[in-house]
Amino acid sequence: MTDTAPNLLEMRSITKSFPGVTALAGVSLVVREGEIHAICGENGAGKSTLMKVLSGVHPHGSYTGDIVYQGKKARFDGIRASEQAGIVIIHQELALVPGMSITENLFLGNEPRRRGSIDWKSAQRRALELMEQVGLREDPDTLIKDIGVGKQQLVEIAKAFAKDVKLLILDEPTAALNEADSQHLLDLLRGFRERGITSIMISHKLNEIEAVADTITILRDGRSIESLDVKADGVNEDRIVRGMVGRELDSRFPDRTPDIGEVFFEVRDWTVRHPASDERMVCKGSTFNVRRGEIVGFAGLMGAGRTELAMSLFGRSYGTWLSGRVFKDGKEIRLKTVADAIGHGLAYVSEDRKSIGLNLLDDVKTSMVAAKLSKIARRRVIDPVREHRIAEDYRAGLRIKTPSVDEGVVKLSGGNQQKVVLAKWMFTDPDLLILDEPTRGIDVGAKFEIYGIIQRLVAQGKGVVVISSELPELIGLCDRIYTVFEGAITGEVARADADPEVLMKQMTATKKSPTP
Amino acid sequence: MSRITDLQKNLFGGTTSNARQFGMISTLVAIVVLFQIWTDGLTLTSGNLIAVVSQYSYILILAVGMLMVIVAGHIDLSVGSVAAFTGIVVAKAMQEHSLPWPLGILLGLLVGAAIGAWQGFWVAYIGVPAFIVTLAGMMLFRGANQYIGNADTVPVPEGFRKIGAGFLPEVGPDTGYNNLTLLLGLAACAGVVWREWKARQTRREMKADLAPLWVIGVRLAVMVAVIVFATLRFAGGRVGTSLPISGIILIVLVLAYSHYTRNTIGGRHIYAVGGNARAAELSGVKLKRVNFAVMMNMSILAALAGMIFVARSAASGPQDGLSWELDAIAAVFIGGAAVSGGLGTVSGSIVGGLVMALLNNGLQLQGVGSDMVQIIKGLVLLLAVAFDVYNKKQGRFSIIGTLTRPFRRDDPADTAAPPAAASDVDKTKVAG
Repeated sequence: MTDTAPNLLEMRSITKSFPGVTALAGVSLVVREGEIHAICGENGAGKSTLMKVLSGVHPHGSYTGDIVYQGKKARFDGIRASEQAGIVIIHQELALVPGMSITENLFLGNEPRRRGSIDWKSAQRRALELMEQVGLREDPDTLIKDIGVGKQQLVEIAKAFAKDVKLLILDEPTAALNEADSQHLLDLLRGFRERGITSIMISHKLNEIEAVADTITILRDGRSIESLDVKADGVNEDRIVRGMVGRELDSRFPDRTPDIGEVFFEVRDWTVRHPASDERMVCKGSTFNVRRGEIVGFAGLMGAGRTELAMSLFGRSYGTWLSGRVFKDGKEIRLKTVADAIGHGLAYVSEDRKSIGLNLLDDVKTSMVAAKLSKIARRRVIDPVREHRIAEDYRAGLRIKTPSVDEGVVKLSGGNQQKVVLAKWMFTDPDLLILDEPTRGIDVGAKFEIYGIIQRLVAQGKGVVVISSELPELIGLCDRIYTVFEGAITGEVARADADPEVLMKQMTATKKSPTP
Repeated sequence: MSRITDLQKNLFGGTTSNARQFGMISTLVAIVVLFQIWTDGLTLTSGNLIAVVSQYSYILILAVGMLMVIVAGHIDLSVGSVAAFTGIVVAKAMQEHSLPWPLGILLGLLVGAAIGAWQGFWVAYIGVPAFIVTLAGMMLFRGANQYIGNADTVPVPEGFRKIGAGFLPEVGPDTGYNNLTLLLGLAACAGVVWREWKARQTRREMKADLAPLWVIGVRLAVMVAVIVFATLRFAGGRVGTSLPISGIILIVLVLAYSHYTRNTIGGRHIYAVGGNARAAELSGVKLKRVNFAVMMNMSILAALAGMIFVARSAASGPQDGLSWELDAIAAVFIGGAAVSGGLGTVSGSIVGGLVMALLNNGLQLQGVGSDMVQIIKGLVLLLAVAFDVYNKKQGRFSIIGTLTRPFRRDDPADTAAPPAAASDVDKTKVAG
């Protein structure tokens, strides 16, 4: 690749908004032919949205700005249109059919035909060629579910070649891969570069980006901050981190004077295995503690294992428990079921309120009391008056905007739904609340209120654990922050030392850094 | 909101499920009126009403259990076979081993419980889909029925026949009516009034809007009128007939299960599991136990229905209970339950069951052959559910809804989510 290589793609001041949020505000991106271009940014910075605009998932007309591809203005109205132009996107969640063979997957929707039926002979031959190109040595008749994630990724890339790819986009390609598979994939990308195929790579793994990328574009808060030429600018990980987090922390948090007591909750050597894989550990000997009146944060990138840690603690709701002990008020407690966990005063507010946090058929009041019905029942019969009163109290106390507590939760806005979930778990009167991404997808005003609720809870002497992908949120809210990387706790940072660069470094550390 | 929807809300209590039932009740009334005219008044005679109850109570008993199974997100195809198997076991025990009939009933319930435990085990603890488990059960217990009975009919003793073919006895002075049925009707009227008063009390305590008194008056008047009419019909039949014992068993079951599903923790848990199993589990609901319980309960009710049927026909045979499961499932869906679980009420299923029963009965009175009866029942099921699906898509709730304006507070599973919720979906997509 030379500096004189022509631009393959130019995205000019792309702006895309959703009701209530501006996801992209004038983002520009220039990709030269034959390079590996990395896009970096925190969760929610707009990387995925930008790629969706490029691939036509958000069709032409739903955004403003221009896409110039191969020197011409492009107007993709769907994935098919962008694929015809040679742009293929490979998502984090692979789009393969597990019960079909490699060949069948490669030509799914694109089957070679001969007189009305599928020409398996030529499909087989083509499949072998494509697999050769991506360095995949397998019997093409092997079923997808019988090969590992790394090889599945290769099938996905081979599928892109079947469509005559010119611009390959990889969204977090190595997130689910082990070291060796990641290395193979990066080598493959370098090989593509030799052959003149352009790649765009979205990744959180800064060491990989540093190793393979030619150019890096950094996004932050829906804006393109800068474009770095890796060789010329002497870019290293620190430089990328600075670009990703370099923003001022404004006062988006209510005032609070922490009143922190002693340690009352402790987890030691918590090790949990992935539910589907014997070798993958989602928690590797995690040890942490929470004090009364303390807000403890868990920082980490997506897939680092924070949710898995929380859910496996909450009545073994995730993975297979291997070892580790939990202590509360100095005594060991056993949390084998969710009922045990609730009984011992734990509450877990899940990351995904729609799919696992709420029953969307319920109304506001039934949702609020769902986790501790015994509190409103006499001899197992529910007292509707008490239920109603409690719901009304929470509605007023948390300022939930709903016409009545009989309204279906599905009709509430995201922020109000989140408050209903908070009410549901506050109703169980927990000592330790674990909040997983408590402000995801809700607007700034509601965020502020939820921070206020969290602070009121710790003021009552409860402990709160906050898992969040937004570093400013953790820094503004928490008294102490643990960093998690690939299932292991890599560091512990006190409020005074918490700073985005420090956290980001520990969150992306490949080696365990010394605990302060 | 239009005045008509306001009126609906007031008359039917205004909760979401009641709103859907309004449509079902209108359908039921329409069917009754249609057949009443078509059969020249034969449908609502004492004799016919008594026949309907004793002939179809088994569908309604099954519908009660099936409602809970479907709300929990499962299905039970085995109920007909389970009923037949229980029938033959009980008949044989009484006929050949001269088991006294009260013990026979107990034995039947135990057989039902054992079968339920078997099916519940596979569904809840092994995780085999209920469709498969009960499809297997359908074949299994049909075969077992024929194996035990040698594909022959076995008669049952006189005492046992009471639960299927018996009536309330004649006691007290000769009023020209069956006195016990009259008393029962009186109790029902009192019960309705008391319940209304209690509900009003609760609403007052909640500081909720109270319906105007005239509305309550109208509602009570309608309900009392229906009860009085039914009482006089059932009490005024041929001497020796009255409300059948099976009808009384049915009423008790409906009241008990209605209370259980609406007002107890166990009932809430069934809806929670059907609405979102993972969320329920993370709220401390013991998923396996709930699934086990609904499957087991269904088989017990199937056993009861089987015994009532055997008692009515005085013998157990190899063809008992054929395609009962289909009638019960149809009743539940006509009654407004959701195929995906989490929605539905006992009272709705009873209305749905009555629709099926009256259709059967009315068409038979008209001498329509069983071929046409099947065709018509199939179409009614399809249209009833299609109509509901269509209305959901339109954001309306039910039959009346198409005639008036969209009803705002309809089913929460509405596919047309409000803009606030929709934008939230988009927001989560933006993240990452």
